Formats: sequence, structure tokens, C-alpha cells
Amino acid sequence: MNKTTVNSAHARYLKKAKKENWIVRLMQFAIFIGFFAFWEISSRTEMIDPLLFSSPSRIFSLFITKMADGSLLVNTGITLFETILGFILGTLFGTVLAALFWWSPLFSKVMDPYLVILNAMPKVALGPILIVALGPNMGSIIAMGILISVIITTIVVYTAFRNVDPNYLKVIQSFGGTKKQCFFEVILPACFPTIVSSLKVNVGLSWVGVIVGEFLVSKQGLGYMIIYGFQVFNFTLVLLSLVMIAFLATIMYQLVEQIEKKLIRSR
Amino acid sequence: MAFLQIKSAGQIYFTKHSATPALEDISLSVKEGEFVSLLGPSGCGKSTLLSIISGLLRPTSGTVLLKGEKITGPHPKIGYMLQQDYLFPWKTIEENILVGLKLKKELTADKKNEVFSLLKQTGLYHTRNQYPSQLSGGMRQRIALVRTLATKPHLLLLDEPFSALDYQTKLKLEDLVSATLKKNQKTAVLVTHDIGEAIAMSDTIVLLSTNPGRLFCTFQVPLSLRRLSPFEARQHADFPLLFQQIWEELEQIEQNDSE
Repeated sequence: MNKTTVNSAHARYLKKAKKENWIVRLMQFAIFIGFFAFWEISSRTEMIDPLLFSSPSRIFSLFITKMADGSLLVNTGITLFETILGFILGTLFGTVLAALFWWSPLFSKVMDPYLVILNAMPKVALGPILIVALGPNMGSIIAMGILISVIITTIVVYTAFRNVDPNYLKVIQSFGGTKKQCFFEVILPACFPTIVSSLKVNVGLSWVGVIVGEFLVSKQGLGYMIIYGFQVFNFTLVLLSLVMIAFLATIMYQLVEQIEKKLIRSR
Repeated sequence: MAFLQIKSAGQIYFTKHSATPALEDISLSVKEGEFVSLLGPSGCGKSTLLSIISGLLRPTSGTVLLKGEKITGPHPKIGYMLQQDYLFPWKTIEENILVGLKLKKELTADKKNEVFSLLKQTGLYHTRNQYPSQLSGGMRQRIALVRTLATKPHLLLLDEPFSALDYQTKLKLEDLVSATLKKNQKTAVLVTHDIGEAIAMSDTIVLLSTNPGRLFCTFQVPLSLRRLSPFEARQHADFPLLFQQIWEELEQIEQNDSE
């Protein structure tokens, strides 16, 4: 086949791929606009109860007011801080625990049934205990964000640690490497992709923990805004918080995904 | 005094339901600069024996002496090369070949340059900033050889290092390893199930029988073959004669085993 036919075939292929990409984007945009338009119209025509389901325009005007008085920024900032701390610490503690299990197989054998119980347990059910123990403050909310992700991280990362090809360790040992060197030269770098991808899962989990925590503590944050809006029957406030959470959670997930791509590509 | 001496080494593997003897009463001595091959059917415990020599595995009974010194754990003068390259995919070639020195905390500029000159000898100096995934299987195994030689071991243990390669690459690598070892006057123990490879590369061939692994018999490779490179040795008239002898002994082992 000569070069011009190859080139034109490639051009056709690119054109087709581009066209498909366009269609996907267009449809996504149409769904987005359609959803909010339908919501707005059905609320105005009272097809749905505007008191319960509010409307995009009301939510937007509330957004402007709350931004102006600064309360939305404060509440969002607090929730964001708690969530970021929750998933980073959750992943960190989970990895450290996994490292301890790897270090001492005896310890991991002893702890195995407890890990199963803790994993099966719905962590948010521990909320009230946490608040009693740590006080109704930010500490117990962050603890909830950590608690919800730490056990599953431990299990996933420890499994990855154990699945590292023992021959890599043999290489280190044949050079007289110590257990510590085995861990830092082989186990940890080999499982780095797993740890980063558990970071991605933990973003979502940490949001759950933090929002539930704020429900219970009921002082500040987006979770508090939801529960407060619910109690005073201000569903515009509830929905505004939901939109904020959806927006921020997506951004955070995308950020972690970008970090993951960067880290994985550099090897 | 023998350079490497194995005194009635035995190994038993334990599981919940059974105790399987893998090696029984192996005694062997290797002279300095000698190239010894351990040949035998799969399951004869030849890799186990290599692990014992390396100090990675403690034998259930018996001892291993290197220059009269008892081996109780990984020894700095022993290098180990595995079946596959096992280069660390997250490290560059340079980091991979320097890992031994780094672990021993001996990474000086002088030693680094020595390793680089080894890398130049294998013709792969240009790959030093690449990652293992960018290299072919043969290139990677050459890098693994450099990594093993980087810490200047006196005794080299080779655990079927060519078995995962295609035939052509394997022949080329045999020549490279053989030449490199001769040049640096290293002693080597090679584990293989390839009769041709054993004849082409070694001075002495030790046959092991199965269930449990025992010393069956020993062949001295004639000088006519030893003087030649592995590739040339394969073409020599004496090669098929020795091949035939070893083949018959291996048949014998198989027969004994099935009885």
C-alpha cells in the first residue's frame, strides 16, 4: 500500500473518531440543559410542588444571596477541608496498617477476623459513639471521613502487598537487603498504583462520611445546610447544598484522576 | 581447598499434610574459576540446591562452605541470577543496575563508573535512562547480568537464566555470559534442564535424580569443548558424543523414577 492511501485512510479514521466524539459531547450537553429546563418549567407550571422541589432559578438566586453574605463559602470551605483531610488520612492510615500487616504475618493472622467484622460493619452507624467520644466538633467529622475509608484501604493495599512477585524480593535479598529495604525498594513502589487508585475510591467514601458526620454534629458545613434546610422546610437550601456537593465531588475526583495519570505515566 | 563445598545437604518441604524430601545427601565441591552445571529433570530439586548455596534457603541438614566459611544467609560474594530478568519496572536501567550497590550502601563514583563500563561491554550503555518495559527480553536479561555482576560477586548462581528467551537470543547470551565470566575469572553454578546448554557452557556437569533429588553422576567436559565459546562448542565433533552419553543417563534416571 502506498503512502497516500495510508494517509487518506488515517484521515478518514480521525474524521470518524472526531465526529463520534462530537455527538457524545452534544448529547451530554443536551441532557444537561434538558434536565434543568424541564425542572424549571415543571416547577413554574406547578407540575411538581415548587415548595418541595424548588427550581433552578430559585436555587441560583439563593446561591447569589448566600455567596454575598459569605455563609456559603464558609460552609463549603469547612466541608471541603474535612473531606480532603478525611480521604488523605484514610488512605495514609490504611497504607500504614497494611504495612504493619505485611511486616508481621503473625499480627495479620491475629487481626484477620476483626478486619472482616470492621469491614462488614456500616461505619456511619458508629457516628453517635464518635460524637460522644470526641465531642460534637470537626474532629469527630474528620474521624468519620477517615473511618469510612481506612478499613477497605487496608484490605485492598495489603492484598496488593502480598501479591507482589516474591522473585523481586529474592533479588533484593540476594544482595543482602533487609526487610525494610525490601519494603521501600519493592513492595511500596510496586503497589503505588494500587494506593493511588484507592485514593480515588476514598474521595467518594470520604464525602459520605463527612456529610453524615455533619448531619449528626449539626453545626456547620454543607451537610449541616442540608439538615437545617430540611428542618425549616427550605428545600431550596437543601438542593443548593446538593448541587455544591455534586460539583465539588466531581472536581475532586477528576483532580485525583489527573494525579494518578501523571504518577503512572512516569514509570 | 575447594572454593565452594556442599556437605551432605538435604532439604525437606513441610506442608500440613505431608513432608516431602526435595534433596538428600548432596555433597559437591567446586574449584575456583570452575563452571558447574546442575542438570536434571524438573522436580529434581536443582533450583532448591541453588537457593541453599545462595543462603536464601537454610538447608534442613548439611552445610555449605564458601572458601571454608559457612554460609548462613545471603553472602556479599555470591551473585544470583533468576529465570527471568526481574528488573524493577519502576526504576530506570541505571537505577536497576546500581540497586545492589545502593542496598549495600557502597554507591561511590568509582564503583558507579565500573558498573557503567560493564554496561558498555554489553552494548547497552545508551539505554541507561530508559525503563525496562522499553527493552526486549534479551536486552533485559543482559541488564540483569550487569546488575548481578555490579557488586563483584566471586560466585555466580544462574537459575535457568536463558530459559525464557527465544533460541537465537539464548545462544548469543550464552556466549556473552561465558565470555564475561571467563574474562572476570568468576566461578559459576548454572541450573538448567537443557543438555546442550550445559555442555556448551560448563567445565563440569552434575546430574541429579528425582524424588528426592540425589547426586546421580558427574561428567567432565573435554578440554576440546571447554576451550571454545558455547556457540562454537555446539558445532564441535565431541559435542554430540557427550550429548548422547548424558541423554542415556537421563533416560536411566527417568526409568528409575517410574519404577
